[in-house]
Amino acid sequence: MTRVRVHTYMPPGHVRTPAYLRGKTGVIERALGPFPNPETLAYGLPGARTDLYRVRFTMAEVWGDMAETPTDTLDAEIFGHWLERLD
Amino acid sequence: MPHDHHDHDHLSPSGHPYRADDDTPLTYWQTLEIAVRELLIDKGVTTAATIARQIDVMDARSPANGAAVVARAWTDPAFKSRLLTDASMASRDMGFDIGPLRLIAVENTAQIHNIIVCTLCSCYPRNLLGLPPDWYKSRAYRSRTVREPRAVLAEFGVTLGADVTIRVHDSTADMRYIVLPARPAGTDGMDAAALAGLVTRDCMIGTGLPLAP
Repeated sequence: MTRVRVHTYMPPGHVRTPAYLRGKTGVIERALGPFPNPETLAYGLPGARTDLYRVRFTMAEVWGDMAETPTDTLDAEIFGHWLERLD
Repeated sequence: MPHDHHDHDHLSPSGHPYRADDDTPLTYWQTLEIAVRELLIDKGVTTAATIARQIDVMDARSPANGAAVVARAWTDPAFKSRLLTDASMASRDMGFDIGPLRLIAVENTAQIHNIIVCTLCSCYPRNLLGLPPDWYKSRAYRSRTVREPRAVLAEFGVTLGADVTIRVHDSTADMRYIVLPARPAGTDGMDAAALAGLVTRDCMIGTGLPLAP
């Protein structure tokens, strides 16, 4: 399983990386292939084909000591340019 | 008095208050939608009848479509395998017109319970299941499901043991999700048509379990 960390960027505009996952570390659950980048598509511009991944996080990683059940998991779709490979 | 509403001057004959008229000005986006739609019709790109027909097509989609998919997966191992590999293709194979929908099916087992949410907006597999329930789009459901899924599930009447891992799926981008619930016990003799009657909308979102036979 490839470990990745979500970048902590906070750019203005239309972004589909949830703020609550920025800076969090997870594993690639599966690669989904390229999709038009919503960050430009949202403004009527061409969306460059950008690799999209499903990333799995533990609730412990996302919420720390506040996690309801630390071993439960959360999967989200995140574009590759938001991910830093750790392995 | 059927109900104890306070303002008795504004009750309808049913005993409920009259609903306020919604004759407020259009929002910016409503005006924009009307303008674009009228331009498309004026320029002959589409017609009012085509738009009305598309609304009918969407309204005709219902959780029954998903229930048929789930029941087929319960009775046809080869189909279940195709569903878990490519749920869009498997749904189309059953004859459902799901358009460009990119669907992923996630399977509940004795150890895993899946639940679907869209924290950013209200992404939902509309092209298979029809329009989502209002609560699915509420801020409470969207924010709490990623934070305390077990508490949310308990409010839906679903209490899961500590031996079950909950997998929350936040549909943040291009995929949409359907939960493949576990087939209920005591259904060995039932065919797919009968089984489909046990598959509720909520059990395909993950906020419910299939009905008991």
